[in-house]
Parts: sequence; structure tokens; C-alpha cells
Amino acid sequence: MAKRYSAWNLFLQGMRGHKGWGQAWRSPEPKKRYDVIVIGGGGHGLATAYYLAKKHGITNVAVLEKGWLGGGNTGRNTTVIRSNYFYPESVALYDLSVRLYEGLSRDLNYNVMFSQRGVTNLCHSEPEMEMAARLVNAMRLNGTDAELLDADQLRKFIPALNIRPDARLPIHGAVLQPRGGTGRHDAVAWGFARAADAAGVDIIQNCEVLDFLTEGGRCVGVSTNRGDIHAGRVGAAVAGHSSVLAEKAGVGLPINSYALQAFVSEPLKPVLDTVLISPITGTYVSQSDKGGLVIGGALDRVPSYGQRGNLPVQEAVMAGLTEMLPMLSKVKIVRHWAGIVDVTPDSSPILGPSALQGLYFNFGWGTGGFKAIPAGGYLFAHILATGSHHDISRPFDQNRFTTGRLIDEGAASGIAH
Amino acid sequence: MQLFPCPFCGPRDEHEFHFAGEAGKARPDTTRTVSPEGWAHYLNDQRNEKGRVREVWMHLTCSELFAMERDSVTMEVLSSAPLREDAQ
Repeated sequence: MAKRYSAWNLFLQGMRGHKGWGQAWRSPEPKKRYDVIVIGGGGHGLATAYYLAKKHGITNVAVLEKGWLGGGNTGRNTTVIRSNYFYPESVALYDLSVRLYEGLSRDLNYNVMFSQRGVTNLCHSEPEMEMAARLVNAMRLNGTDAELLDADQLRKFIPALNIRPDARLPIHGAVLQPRGGTGRHDAVAWGFARAADAAGVDIIQNCEVLDFLTEGGRCVGVSTNRGDIHAGRVGAAVAGHSSVLAEKAGVGLPINSYALQAFVSEPLKPVLDTVLISPITGTYVSQSDKGGLVIGGALDRVPSYGQRGNLPVQEAVMAGLTEMLPMLSKVKIVRHWAGIVDVTPDSSPILGPSALQGLYFNFGWGTGGFKAIPAGGYLFAHILATGSHHDISRPFDQNRFTTGRLIDEGAASGIAH
Repeated sequence: MQLFPCPFCGPRDEHEFHFAGEAGKARPDTTRTVSPEGWAHYLNDQRNEKGRVREVWMHLTCSELFAMERDSVTMEVLSSAPLREDAQ
């Protein structure tokens, strides 16, 4: 069986009718006891298991997934990777993720197709340009890359853009993060799953956590539809269903779950070579390697667990798209869906111990979980292995809502959601 | 488009409505000392339930707040009523 993915093995297997490839990961029966259980087989859960094995040598680990791998937000996002945040804490977190993404394909021996085509945030007024200059300065001081583009530079960079001064929302310039881009979302989940499995991690699908097992006020495992499983530490990374799971542990969370919608168009010839974001029109778009335009918008402002799209948001997103790129007005949309995202009051994640001893949370990534997968897994593995925070994760502890030391990126970096 | 029932105006387009918050959240009694945990819980924590939820909504066109029960998975509206019993 060919284990390693390489040009040589591809050639060799090609000569043999591709019959020699092994399974990418096993589907074992759950054991009675693990050192660490990770609840949630999305990107964050799988990355956590991978880094537990790779960085901390803890391989007696189970990832429990109630559905299938990467079937939640990991398979529903718009694949944007960036670290264009304002506060030092956020840049430390998200830039760790970008740096890990830069080496991830080699690290996992799985092509995650990270394409650093740049992330371009449009500004539609002079005051916005001043805030953009502030953001660029902050990003550079925090040690990540950023450029301020004026309208002329932007016209050369994205010829398709409507930069006419008589546009409804005239474009004055943009913040460009050249190292940002897009990745292949499914490949990130599958790559981490395959590498974690190879290191000895048990990935158990169709295994839903029904309750937490406690002894003396400490979490000692989980009860599932496939029996009780004990563990030294339990970590949860379940995104949209964070509140539902935390409620089973009797822990309150500062989280609202909302639907976030996305769209894909019919495939086109190359038309857009960057990730284009316009917070004012509420639309962002990139072009996938298959040619489809991957389009997203702002959150539905109504709490929801319904994983499907709706028409009011579709109307707003398409209006924003045709405002920015009028040449796309005749393009057909072929798919439209939603994922359920867990949004905190300051639009920053919650990492660290929960109020129940032995149980740890990796929650609250909201609309930006995909870009943070390697860092979320890296830091959560550190927390689960050592029982204490990494320097980068410490500011994101849930106790910030009690101390009042929020990391309000919703306001600071002008994230639309 | 979904129709939401305003208890004062009847069924109207969902565009006209604004979600205000979960119903039944009591502000801490400030005549006594409130702990930071108490404020954090009141200000930030949400029940965020899956399934049947009871919420306060505003119908923007008539500016009235009202209580709406709905299913947070199917979006089906289960009931809608004024917040005060004596309201017309």
C-alpha cells in the first residue's frame, strides 16, 4: 500500500491503475479510555489531535464526530486565510495560523492548496482610508504584512473592479495583505485527519456526545451513542453547537449562533486574482481554482441553527457583488448554503479551561474559524497537553468577559461580522 | 420571504423586523453589590437554545416590541404576543 503522497507514488500508482492506495484513515471502534478526547471532527478538532501527537507526543487520543469529518463549518466556509487584525493579541493568533498554513502541505504530506493571492479590503470613503492607514500601521507594528493601495494602484491590481467616481459606493482604495489568500477547505480537514490517524489518533465518526461523565465535580469522560468513553482531559471544538454542548456540562457561554451564508457561481475563466472584501457592501468574493466565484456576505442577524440559506441575504450579497464587479451581473449562481457560526460579543474566540474541571473549550471563532484552524489546533493541543495556557491563547480565555479585557476585533479591524 | 406576525399589525415581511434579544433576562438588582461574574453573566451569556426559543423582537415599522416564540432550526413561528398583557 502506498502511504506517502508524492509525484513518484502518483506515477507508480498511475501505472498500476491506482489500485494500491491505502485508506486515508481508519474507522476504529472507540476504546474505553483515552488520555485526551477531542469532541468535534472539524478542522479545529482534527488539528488539535494532530498537534497533540506531533508536538506533545500524546497519541492515545480520540476525535469524536457526530456526523462526518469536516461536515460542519470546515466544509461550508469560503476558504479565506488572512491575519489582517488590529490588536497585537489577534495578530499573534491569526498570523501563527497563516505561518502554519504556509508550511502545512509539506507538514501534512497533503496538498491544502494554500494560494497566497492576497486579501484586499476595499475602502469606500476618505474617512475609511484614514482608518485603513491606521490598520496598516497596526498590522506592520504587530509584525505582519500590509499595504495601503490607492485607487490607481487598485485599478491596476484588479482591472475588473468598478472604480468609477460616480459609483453608488465609490472605491477610494484598499488594504492589501499579500500573504493572505485561500486554501482548499476539505483538504485541510482530510490532511489533518490523515496525519493524525497515521500518528495513532482514533477518529470516530457517527459518534455523538450525549453527556459528560463527572466524578467529584471533575469531567472524566463522555457518554456517547456508542457507549461511555473515559479520558484524562476532554476538549471540545464544536463551533455552531458550542452552547448546546456546554449546556450539557452546565456551563454558560457568551455565544450566539447565527447562520452565515455562502454562494458559488458557475465556473468562469480567470477574472479575479485576489480575495476581494467590501465591508460596506457586505460582500466578499474570490475565484476558486475550478473557476467558480466563491461569494460570502454578512451574518444573518437572527440566532439560528438552520443550516440553509435564505433570500434576503442573497439579495444583499448579490447587490454588493454587482456594485463592485458589474461585469458579473449575468453570472449564474449554482449553489447556496449556510453554516452555523458561534459568535462572541467581541468577535474573538474562547480558548482555555471551562468552568467544569477537566473540560476545555475551543469555541467562538464565529465567522473566521477556517483561517484559524492550524493555530486553534496548535494552541488547543498545548492547553490539553499541559493543562495551562500558551502565551498566545491566554488573552482569549473566557475570563476576559468577567475582567472586561475584551479583544474587540468587531470594532477594531472593521470586520463586518 | 418569510412572514412574521406582528401582534399589532398582522403578518408582515421579515425585512421589517429586528431581533432584540432573548426574553426573560433579568437585570441584576443594583441596590445590592453585583459581582463581576454576575455582570458578565447578565451582559454576555446567552441561552442560545436549539429548538423552541422565546425572544423579544421589534416590528420596525410600528416600533413596537413584542414576544415571539419560534423554532431556531426550522424558523417556524410558534406564537407572537404583546409584551404587556394590557396592550392592544
